[in-house]
Amino acid sequence: MAECHPVGFRWVMEAKRRGATIIHVDPRFTRTSAVADIHVPIRPGSDIAFLGALVNYIISNDLWFKEYVVNYTNAAALVSEDYKDTEDLDGLFSGWDHEKGQYDPSSWQYRGLDVTPAAGHREMFSGEPRAERGAIVSAEQHDYTLTDPLCVFQIIKRHYSRYTPEMVEEACGVPRELFEKVARALCENSGPERTGAFCYAVGWTQHSVGVQYIRTAAIVQLLLGNIGRPGGGIMALRGHASIQGSTDIPTLYNMLPGYLPMPKASYDTDLQKYIEYNESASGWWSEFPKYMVSLLKAWYGPAATLQNDWCYDYLPHITGDHSHMVTVAAMADALIQGYFVMGENPAVGSMNCALQRKGLRNLKWLVVRDFAPTETAEFWHNAPEVVSGQVRTEDIGTEVFFFPCAAHTEKDGSFTNTQRLLQWHHKAVEPPGDCRSELHFAWHLGRRLKELYRASSAPKDRAIRDLTWDYRSIGAIEEPDAEEVLAEIGGYTLGDKKSLSGYKELKNDGGTVCGCWIYCGCYKDGTNQAARRKPASEQSWVAPEWGWAWPANRRLLYNRASADPQGRPWSERKKYVWWDAGEKKWTGVDNPDFIVDRSPDYRPGPEAKGIDTLSGIDPFIMQAEGKAWLYDPNGLLDGPLPTHYEPEESVLKNPLYGQQCNPARMEWIRKENPYHKAWGDTDYPFIATTYRLTEHHTAGGMTRWVPWLCELQPEMFVEVSPELAALRGLENGGWATVSTVRGEIEARVLVTERMHSFVQQGRTLHTVGIPYHWSWIGRSTGDAANELTAFVADPNVSIEESKAFSVQIVAGRRSRKRRAAASGPLVDREVEGPERDQPEVREKPAGKHGLHAGKTELTEEA
Amino acid sequence: MAKNGWALRWPALKQLSTGDLAGLGESAMTERTRTLRPRVVEADKVVDSVCPFCGVGCGQKVYVKDGRIMDIEGDYDSPISQGCLCPKGSATMQLVTGTHRTMSVLYRRPYGRKWEKIPLDKAMDMVAERVKKARDETWEEQHEKGHPLRRTLGIAHLGGATLDNEENYLIKKLFTALGIVQVENQARI
Repeated sequence: MAECHPVGFRWVMEAKRRGATIIHVDPRFTRTSAVADIHVPIRPGSDIAFLGALVNYIISNDLWFKEYVVNYTNAAALVSEDYKDTEDLDGLFSGWDHEKGQYDPSSWQYRGLDVTPAAGHREMFSGEPRAERGAIVSAEQHDYTLTDPLCVFQIIKRHYSRYTPEMVEEACGVPRELFEKVARALCENSGPERTGAFCYAVGWTQHSVGVQYIRTAAIVQLLLGNIGRPGGGIMALRGHASIQGSTDIPTLYNMLPGYLPMPKASYDTDLQKYIEYNESASGWWSEFPKYMVSLLKAWYGPAATLQNDWCYDYLPHITGDHSHMVTVAAMADALIQGYFVMGENPAVGSMNCALQRKGLRNLKWLVVRDFAPTETAEFWHNAPEVVSGQVRTEDIGTEVFFFPCAAHTEKDGSFTNTQRLLQWHHKAVEPPGDCRSELHFAWHLGRRLKELYRASSAPKDRAIRDLTWDYRSIGAIEEPDAEEVLAEIGGYTLGDKKSLSGYKELKNDGGTVCGCWIYCGCYKDGTNQAARRKPASEQSWVAPEWGWAWPANRRLLYNRASADPQGRPWSERKKYVWWDAGEKKWTGVDNPDFIVDRSPDYRPGPEAKGIDTLSGIDPFIMQAEGKAWLYDPNGLLDGPLPTHYEPEESVLKNPLYGQQCNPARMEWIRKENPYHKAWGDTDYPFIATTYRLTEHHTAGGMTRWVPWLCELQPEMFVEVSPELAALRGLENGGWATVSTVRGEIEARVLVTERMHSFVQQGRTLHTVGIPYHWSWIGRSTGDAANELTAFVADPNVSIEESKAFSVQIVAGRRSRKRRAAASGPLVDREVEGPERDQPEVREKPAGKHGLHAGKTELTEEA
Repeated sequence: MAKNGWALRWPALKQLSTGDLAGLGESAMTERTRTLRPRVVEADKVVDSVCPFCGVGCGQKVYVKDGRIMDIEGDYDSPISQGCLCPKGSATMQLVTGTHRTMSVLYRRPYGRKWEKIPLDKAMDMVAERVKKARDETWEEQHEKGHPLRRTLGIAHLGGATLDNEENYLIKKLFTALGIVQVENQARI
């Protein structure tokens, strides 16, 4: 965190100054470790074993926050009698369908109730329209004594019973004394008087079990009562200025703005079915139709009417996974004609970047928008496979357009930071030359396309013809008015165009327009709320008048949990939101995240519907039953509880189960994407992990051209321990060649004790640390780390595994710039070795473009 | 100037006469240092902004003179950053004003070996025509089982985490209306 989010880290230092204990769990010793109270070097890819052991420690030492857990989580819910745990099936949960190659989650459900997940893969919950299934929460069965062997609490207790300090030593390479020191510090700092926070970044997400890493942290934090309370939480430290915004208003295939799902072809065939499949009969998602209708009114304006289902049939439908790597594999198979890349550099930043470039070579046309031509724009010359002669420029038929972009100082607009806070940046100067904003590009491209389709009467062209696209044009360069776009996102009433103050005002009758329901109110009172800048010194510590946080300017989500079941603060020290019995409403230092007049003693009757099903002690209002999920009865493709699986390419056999890897992981079986052995691959015996440096940003598009930063961090390097250096004859400052069967790179060697060697299962394990900022152009160059990585991903979110894989490292400059994506695997060998999967998991049906994933039936066209 | 005055400006004497024994106070001052001012006081305007790098969202002040950016500094009013910027944030000035920035649209013909400059309007027209052609050629109205698809898999998009919310909104709105579903960004990486 000190390396990649330095200014965010100053608050960690402030907490330390006030007495907080800082624990840093990381394979490397970094600037964060240098100031932490405890540094825990951990083997890359073993975090669930570590976190699961914390769960076991908390439960077996009876250190959990009982009143919080019993009232605010699903600990007491009874689970189906058909449920079988990974303890019973050697690493698999019940429901694995060996023919379909995926889980059927029905045996994970609550007893007496089929509950709709608030997020994740809702389509798993399919077959019948769910509103008719009557998700009546009162039908849920509980054991509030938490003793029934099939209540969530007991299932968790048993699931993690083998995650002991000894197992941490074996799986993570962390001495048991060090683990126990961490566990003690964490538990001593939790309870009514104290809270602890977790911070993570892509070191957790980029694994084939990434979602479950974060789920394990959620279990720990819920058991300790650390969610919805000040100083608690799990904070994703995201790496881009508006990566949160681009998730909320998603340039992502599977969502519409505000986390509304993209229509799925086989289920959501009309609006009625789409709503039935996606609204919940209880909890806040019962409001779903209002958000969808308001979005369709924003997009299709007067054309959207009750009679035509608000133009629902203008929306395209997805059939399965259309995520980035799936798309690139299709591109490499020449099935995609055109590709827009805006402010991203996949030829460096994405997995197996030679395969990315093969995709680019097989396009008809490519549009890249950036400050200067990146490697993605210039893949057709000087790329490693071109320099080595494996590919010739004159054979590449892709037409390439490079458009120079405007900087943030040359345009108005808002970023949403990692805390959900929208902040407006004002235009300071005009963009130079032909540099333009993406707002300008999208708007003018849309205007041209509307003109090209103006005379068409084809049904397929109605959506573009009816699209509302009238924004005020400003100045000589005809920049669309960004504030007008923000006003549409924030919502207004259709009649008098009065801006809305919050999502509770949205209607399902076409009377309101709102481009993103969770942002509703960001243009409240006709004022740009994101541009508010009341100095921190002139307001409370929560600083509610700086920018605007979604939803409803709430700074801390689920903050009802900061009060006890009776509505009183858990302690004076941790006072945040509470029930004012005199006024009969919730109040506090933040906007309460609850129905403001719902008394703590309200209990819904059996006839309650929608948000009336939320009782006075249901802080987690987006969940169908208002409780936080320690255990996920639905919504995840790889099981209801996090389970330790090894990375696709590991150096160790899974010490806990016969099932080596996540059974539902996504693999691409293609000649451009060969894998190493599951473990014990003597050709690739070392662990590799990739990461960022303070002085550069992601794939380098915003830093490798900036001389000040290039001077600070001028050259690609890899980090190794003195032990690994001695083993492989590597010299500090000398050269090394790092390779996988997919690619080979050269880099300077930094021999440092910051890299740790682990002794596990009788072996000494070494890690090669590889920063991933560099590639062949810019003012500071070097080989790209992602020439080594593979297409392999978490099934829930299709995020790749780059934080743990296996490599070889040799001294000297030995690269011939070979790439599997250009001329086949680097080593011609039969890969025989230990299996990654139990026998029933081995045969997954092959999807398109080499994809083998445990989710074809559930998410693709059935 | 009196001889006496000259002698008192001699540093050692100055230190003794002013009681500035460490030599870091008044005795270190000259006329020049006394009149030094930060460059930014000459700015015509100061514009509120946000750092464009990571997700922390540090406040920035952009100082503008004669229509050009003269400096970018941290915003002391920000409850997030209280005036601080990291090495990348501190280099924002060079990111936005540096000589690396390309000012023209560049075009590489199929099988070409070099970039060519082309006018912005022409390039926009060319891209719009290619979108229409690719969309029309690859349109899928419905699945073979009869489910509606109403989309094209012939066009894809990547990027958004470095862009503004308003930009992501128009991109998603336009591409969805065109039936483009393969829209992705850095959040998946």
